[in-house]
Amino acid sequence: MTTHVATEEKNYLQEGHTLASWLLTKDHKRIAILYLISVSFFFFVGSIAAMMVRLELTSPRGTLMSNETYNKAFSAHGVVMVFFFLVVAIPAIFGNFLIPMQIGARDLAFPRLNLLSWYFYMAGGIMFLIAMMSGGVDAGWTFYTPMSSIYSNGQITLALVGAFVVGFSSIFTGVNFIATIHKMRAPGMTWWRLPLFVWGHYATSLIVILGTPVVAITLLLVVFERVAKIGIFSPELGGDPVLFQHMFWFYSHPAVYIMVLPGMAVISEIMACFSRNKVFGYHFVALSSLGIAALSFIVWGHHMFVSSQSMYQGIFFSFTSFLVAVPSAIKVFNWSLTMYKGSVWLASPMIYALGFLGLFTVGGMTGLYLASVGTDVHVTGTYFVVAHFHYVMVGGTLLAFLGALHFWWPKFFGRMYPEGVAKWNAMLVFIGFNLTFLPQFVVGWLGMPRRYHYYYFAPEFQVYHVMSTLGASALAISLIVPAFYLTYSLFKGPKSPPNPWAARGLEWEAAASPPIKHNFHGVPVVVGDVYGYDAEAEELALRGMTKEEA
Amino acid sequence: MNFPFAPEQASNFAVEYDTLFYLITAFTVLTTLFVFVLCLGLIIKYKRGSGKPEDRRNPMHHNTVIEIASSGGFLSIGLFIFVWGAKMYLDMRQPPANAMEINVIGKRWMWHAQHDNGVRENNELHVPVGVPIKLTMISQDVIHSFYVPQFRVQFMVVPGRYTQMWFTPTKAGKYNLFCAMHCGTQHSEMGGYVYALEPKDFAKWKETGGNRFQPKPELPAAAGKQLYDDFMCGSCHTEKDNQRAPSLYGLYGRQRQFTDGSTMVADHDYIRQSLLAPEGKINKGYESMMQPYSFTEEQILELIEYIKTLGTPVPTQVAGGAQ
Ligand code: HEC
Ligand SMILES: [Cu+2]
Ligand SMILES: [Cu+2]
Repeated sequence: MTTHVATEEKNYLQEGHTLASWLLTKDHKRIAILYLISVSFFFFVGSIAAMMVRLELTSPRGTLMSNETYNKAFSAHGVVMVFFFLVVAIPAIFGNFLIPMQIGARDLAFPRLNLLSWYFYMAGGIMFLIAMMSGGVDAGWTFYTPMSSIYSNGQITLALVGAFVVGFSSIFTGVNFIATIHKMRAPGMTWWRLPLFVWGHYATSLIVILGTPVVAITLLLVVFERVAKIGIFSPELGGDPVLFQHMFWFYSHPAVYIMVLPGMAVISEIMACFSRNKVFGYHFVALSSLGIAALSFIVWGHHMFVSSQSMYQGIFFSFTSFLVAVPSAIKVFNWSLTMYKGSVWLASPMIYALGFLGLFTVGGMTGLYLASVGTDVHVTGTYFVVAHFHYVMVGGTLLAFLGALHFWWPKFFGRMYPEGVAKWNAMLVFIGFNLTFLPQFVVGWLGMPRRYHYYYFAPEFQVYHVMSTLGASALAISLIVPAFYLTYSLFKGPKSPPNPWAARGLEWEAAASPPIKHNFHGVPVVVGDVYGYDAEAEELALRGMTKEEA
Repeated sequence: MNFPFAPEQASNFAVEYDTLFYLITAFTVLTTLFVFVLCLGLIIKYKRGSGKPEDRRNPMHHNTVIEIASSGGFLSIGLFIFVWGAKMYLDMRQPPANAMEINVIGKRWMWHAQHDNGVRENNELHVPVGVPIKLTMISQDVIHSFYVPQFRVQFMVVPGRYTQMWFTPTKAGKYNLFCAMHCGTQHSEMGGYVYALEPKDFAKWKETGGNRFQPKPELPAAAGKQLYDDFMCGSCHTEKDNQRAPSLYGLYGRQRQFTDGSTMVADHDYIRQSLLAPEGKINKGYESMMQPYSFTEEQILELIEYIKTLGTPVPTQVAGGAQ
């Protein structure tokens, strides 16, 4: 790969300091920063709601809030974390910033659309915040009908419109990524030289543009029923309540992959860089993302094994769910084997990635209990499911997000953070996470339904809830610590070299840190294979030798 | 503080369910351990700049055999679990013919059960040990889910259509009854207990109306007959098919033919629909003369019980009549 690194020129952060230079920017990197700020804010809001729920559950009769408040708290937690954090975080921040840089482009294909997507995100977000503050929403993030459409009071309509709007922000981003990856690769950047980060985002974008319109329409139909009393889902108005679940999960199962494929994409990059090796089974990992994307559209019924769909449908969806589990499982082996004959560097991003491997494995394997239609019956709708998807969504996506944040932080801002603290903190995340969610598997298996405010009729559940809340407190601390040291680093952190990890890839090798406004001087030309690390040479160099001498 | 590790096993499904559950658990633990040991081993062996220089020549970047073998291995274990789980589910979804029937109505935020002799109970369900029980369930408002963890059974209770589930209690005792589908403000308190009684205790309980709840004066079928008379259904429906309306005798479980050419077996859902929205499916040879009624779910169940008791129809020659 050719290298043009200039250090004297202004970087993208220095191109204009006015508010307008940020709010009207068409630079994908600045838009990524706008997303970073707003997504972090929503993550904070969602976390507060989570802490309220966890604290309340330490006592079987609750002590802090009423039923209504409790229901609003877990609904806010779900809606904010799913629609405003998980779906958005990695693609809109890291995908936005890095896809053009990794394929050697100056920007995304449609810079204005990119900016518009951020405004849609903010508009949707503000609508939801207003809904939350002016009465709240108590129907959970799943908005099952006819609860949401007829029975529930509160600001459901506004919240649904907010979710509808934010859906368009994802669609814009997805369209943009697909066009960019197809049309704007630098000379020599063939499909099989694309970093797996790009492959993962490509698959994600396909799901986004195929699935999101469906959920957007579905939510709008709920609004129609709620406002205009047009019978679609409510049997009292002549509708079918289970139809909503089909339409909702047709998107929301694939959405699980919208949330986790970008995380997997990040893990591929980190494992390669910190093992100094090409990702094991590169082709398999790339294609399996597409395979997962395709299969993810025919498994939605596994959320509905006890919702009165026919029993043969149940068996069909169980079968497809076992199929979709395979590529994910093999990916875990591939990432692990990437360390084989590598040179494993346990820097903070790598610790997050290893944590991801462990937690994602547990998350994926516990999916088997739920994919198996018979075993699902007893645990569906319980804390077992809650624990399972937190292992996938938090253990997977959040750890990948934190790993990405630490890996590309010097690229974004040109500064380093205190690596020692970061490493210890990464381990605390892992421990706090397990303390929070392992007990939830047990209490779910014992029969604790999810979304329960009280459980005084089953006091034996309490010990697990207390453990979980203690874990959540540790997890909360481990999320506050990086907020501090990263903010500190932003202003006072030591300047980072252009490529502190000696990583391969155009974003590191052909651009400055932080990059200049147009990313590269001229058009980079790609000649070598992707992930051209040489662990043997690096290890020998550490011992002051070269390959010839050895 | 006690530390329960598994829910009690109190139904015919529990033992098999738990066997499969523990099998998946073993698979999960072993796979997780495998990944853990693999990673730990690789980290220790290939840690950057540590100890003796390892052989890093010719790094392996892919290995089709490993990839296919591990996919195949994982898939075969997965399919084994799938088949077993599917078999168990088919059992759970198909109640035996001799099951004792109980009707359940879910409403925000309570459960209401009706036994065949007219005994009713709220937020409690009494069942005999050793007898298969079939619940026919419907919701009066939003979706609920009837869940008894110690029985390992759960199914949603949906407005607008009947769902059913079954189990055989195997152990006398008091078990949790939960609503496992978020249904609004008091969702967590929409529950109570299932009491599994020895058959003779159960018989006594049912006889005396459960000591706690007065049985309604009549049997559900008698209450249904009362409704049938009050609303003068008999002004159109008679023992035989007539010009005005088809006979309801022997209707339950019989094949129906409609003007649009479709056919359907008359079951709970069909009769419910005939009462609430009769204009939907019109019997072949008839006109849509019946007005829609707005009965409560309870009344509908009573009418169905009554219609079930009507004998077989008297064969007729009325033009276009059923059969
Ligand atoms: C005005 C006359 C009339 C009255 C009163 C009436 N029905 Fe009907 N009913 C009909 C006709 C005509 C049909 C056949 C057309 C159709 O399928 O809608 C019918 C069909 C039905 C069916 C479906 C029967 C089948 O053979 O498929 C049921 C069940 C039923 N009625 C129950 C009732 C009950 C219970 C009442 C009283 C609450 C009632 N009907 C009152 C006219 C009447
Ligand atoms: Cu799913
Ligand atoms: Cu409920």
